[in-house]
Amino acid sequence: MTRTEPNRSPKSDSENSGNGGGGGTTAMRVIVPLQGVVQGRGGLFLGSVIPCAFFYFLQFYLKRNRKNEPDRNPDSEDSNSGSPDPTRSQSVGNLTELTSLPRSLSRILLSPRISGGAVSVSGRAGFVIKGGDSPYHVGQKRVEEDPYDESGNPDGVIELGSAQNVKFNLEDDWVSENPREVISDGLCMSGIASYEPSHGLMELKMAVAGFMSEATKNSVSFDPSQLVLTSGAASAIEILSFCLADSGNAFLVPTPCSPGYDRDVKWRTGVDLIHVPCRSADNFNISMLVLDRAFYQAKKRGVRIRGIIISNPWNPTGTLLSRENLYALLDFARERNIHIISNEIFAGAVHGEGGGGEFASMAEVVDTEENVDKERVHIIYDLSKDLSFPGLRTAAIYSFNDNVLSASRKLTKLSPVSSPTQHLLVSAISSPKFVQRFVKTNRERLMRIYTELVKGLKELGIECTRSNGGLFCWVDMRGLMSSYSEKGEIELWNKLLKIGKINVIPGSCCHCIEPGWFRVCFSNLSERDVSVVMNRIRKVCESCKSQH
Amino acid sequence: MGLPLMIERSSNDNNNNNKVELSRVAVSDTHGEDSPYFAGWKAYDENPYDETHNPSGVIQMGLAENQVSFDLLESYLEKKNPEGSLWGSKGGSRGFRENALFQDYHGLKTFRQAMASFMEKIRGGKASFDPDRIVLTAGATAANELLTFILADPNDALLVPTPYYPGFDRDLRWRTGVRIVPIHCDSSNHFQITPEALEAAYETARDANIRVRGVLITNPSNPLGATVQKKVLEDLLDFCVRKNIHLISDEIYSGSVFHASEFTSVAEIVENIDDVSVKERVHIVYSLSKDLGLPGFRVGTIYSYNDHVVKTARRMSSFTLVSSQTQHMLASMLSDEEFTEKYIRINRERLRRRYETIVEGLKKEGIECLKGNAGLFCWMNMGFLLNTKTKEGELELWDVILKELKLNISPGSSCHCSEFGWFRVCFANMSENTLEIALKRIHEFMDRRRKF
Repeated sequence: MTRTEPNRSPKSDSENSGNGGGGGTTAMRVIVPLQGVVQGRGGLFLGSVIPCAFFYFLQFYLKRNRKNEPDRNPDSEDSNSGSPDPTRSQSVGNLTELTSLPRSLSRILLSPRISGGAVSVSGRAGFVIKGGDSPYHVGQKRVEEDPYDESGNPDGVIELGSAQNVKFNLEDDWVSENPREVISDGLCMSGIASYEPSHGLMELKMAVAGFMSEATKNSVSFDPSQLVLTSGAASAIEILSFCLADSGNAFLVPTPCSPGYDRDVKWRTGVDLIHVPCRSADNFNISMLVLDRAFYQAKKRGVRIRGIIISNPWNPTGTLLSRENLYALLDFARERNIHIISNEIFAGAVHGEGGGGEFASMAEVVDTEENVDKERVHIIYDLSKDLSFPGLRTAAIYSFNDNVLSASRKLTKLSPVSSPTQHLLVSAISSPKFVQRFVKTNRERLMRIYTELVKGLKELGIECTRSNGGLFCWVDMRGLMSSYSEKGEIELWNKLLKIGKINVIPGSCCHCIEPGWFRVCFSNLSERDVSVVMNRIRKVCESCKSQH
Repeated sequence: MGLPLMIERSSNDNNNNNKVELSRVAVSDTHGEDSPYFAGWKAYDENPYDETHNPSGVIQMGLAENQVSFDLLESYLEKKNPEGSLWGSKGGSRGFRENALFQDYHGLKTFRQAMASFMEKIRGGKASFDPDRIVLTAGATAANELLTFILADPNDALLVPTPYYPGFDRDLRWRTGVRIVPIHCDSSNHFQITPEALEAAYETARDANIRVRGVLITNPSNPLGATVQKKVLEDLLDFCVRKNIHLISDEIYSGSVFHASEFTSVAEIVENIDDVSVKERVHIVYSLSKDLGLPGFRVGTIYSYNDHVVKTARRMSSFTLVSSQTQHMLASMLSDEEFTEKYIRINRERLRRRYETIVEGLKKEGIECLKGNAGLFCWMNMGFLLNTKTKEGELELWDVILKELKLNISPGSSCHCSEFGWFRVCFANMSENTLEIALKRIHEFMDRRRKF
């Protein structure tokens, strides 16, 4: 398919436009005289380039003003390769549009009433429709179609992509220990049915503040009045993005980062993300120099940076940021007068503190600072992740900035937590004993699974970065790739999905600058499942070796 | 290398006094919470009426909440399905686990089926709903905002007939950057939408170089408390087809129509249309907050005949999901045919009686209301009491009613009504006694005025 070559000369493009009928003839009518006017070799070139440039601009202008044709193939998720394929999209799109240009022009001219024309959706909606075939979504779909079950479907696809913290039995204990009456009192209809503050009941905020303190080993006491509750971490990040930046501004994000940011931060807000790559040579630690450079370069381009987004424990590597890191980041933010969003949604899942440092919340670091600096720090917390209650959808924004709190409270009207859920959670997490036991048991379990997984991978010759928190393993599969490139990574991802029947997240979804790294979520696994996963990976390793 | 290791100073050099800035969205007042609509709520919060403890407090008549049929819900949840009241149909820890773990933005199939069946029941079976076209959101507020994000770009406009629900100023505009261009309606024809008014609004937008992406109506109307006539709906759809724009019908009060036969949903009209290009511009918003009186549950839906809108809305609903516990809790109730039939019928009857009580009570004082047939409120005309027929005059009267009568009602100007002197008065969020007290206060006020 030679038409997809992005480096076609302008001359060939105008030939293609000639195929489009009326438009092409017009082009030739412009080129020939221009070639006559501008003599010499330059004339041929200019005579082709100028009308082509004119064509592209005209097409761009018309595209903005005419009705969009909806994508007639909504199920683009069926695409098997799941490849982002950056080399294809641009030129193919242009060629298609060139050939369709004359047709839509004539339609506008001939029929003033565009009845029967398809109604268009916004640019934001269009963006989604195209983004449906990323590995993130393709993998998810595969798991939905063929989910692994130890007894029911042992050959199914094992979900190692996203965090669900599924196989956990502590809720059973809680439910059996707490008498029904206690629970049902909290759920009496008239108490929960009416309008309540969308940003959360004070009782629940107090319970959440208590939980956050427990998760951070009581190094900081969280003030419930600085909490705003909303229906999920995605909403919390989006609300902060709306509050801290205008459309066209940007946040700095050290990568690899959570795949969700592309949607949560950018989609509806128009705020951009500037990725600041961290390297395996540095153990994926943030380099202040690189951060500085990214800020400086953005400024030169005229992009206003409003903040930096960090996660601690880091998603996907599982690293804990040291206090020194956090102070350095705070200094950086202070010098540039920007915000810090600290995504601490995995704080309750810190499992490996022994050898890998200690978890310190940004709230602790900022505790002794001036108010003007406190006001630039905003923390996101997610009950769903740490309590393994994803279906209950409750996350929190913790901020020291009154204006941000005030705006966020109003914004939660668009993404509130339902009352029965709030009441249920109050019952669940108000018991300090339960919370302590839960956090401790959760941590121990995660450590056990993590250790098993790392051991198993090591036996296969596969290394991971040291993860001390969160639900992920950041795995180095560079040795298994056929080529050290994004293409090689996607090929390997496909093998893992098709041959190994495990769904993992390739580093490209996390915007990792080095190909070959994969995010593996282990919280879904029981200890027995780990050996199943190892066997599957072994199969893939063998398949890769036989091909080299 | 040339790159200084020292961190570069930013251009505003008072680093120690530099307060970090917020976005335009954060500091804008498009949230509308400073308007009289919400200010009255504050007055109520500070001095709420209570039959025994605070009989001279402010009676809240500015909040459209439905408490008339609470008892039906409570008794259902207790008798029929005690387990359901907690975790859904499977009780105990297994139910808990299922609730906690489910996080898919498609929403529980059983719940969507239940919603679809409930919506069909409300329309007396005159329209059918496909559960796979239902997208769940945390309330109709979120549903309206989501649709706006999907159907319009920043600086585009939606046409909305006046008077309209004050919350639209926030829901449709705040974060989306989309504008509202009003379709002016007046009392000469009971505030119905006319083709001329539609064209005029469209022209206004066009003259200002604003691209119109759709029309958003509320049917039954808030604040009018009246259904939109079938002919008007057909004209609207026709208009939208001619201009190639969308039609959003917010039918959040559809279950609160006093007589089922008087309500025509846009779904009924679309039901008989085969042309996909016509159908796929229609979108319906619904919520359980008003009809079932469950605003705290935050259950809203978008129902769209457009595949791409459904797909996009589903993904976008990640920002505003309904908890699985809530879905479980309500799924069995909404699919219980016997219960929903009984509930809808009794709820309608009670609302109708309340409406008649208040309208007759007001009539005795010489205060007319718009002939309404739905909703949790009436649209009252106090124009003759204004000192000047202006916005200021109206707000003056509103203030008097709030401070002297201690009644919080909503002034028409906050609903962008082009005529002054109209007020929305809610009657479903209180006991019958409280309603009597409110009417008594109005009677005393009118008496005092007559004596002058």
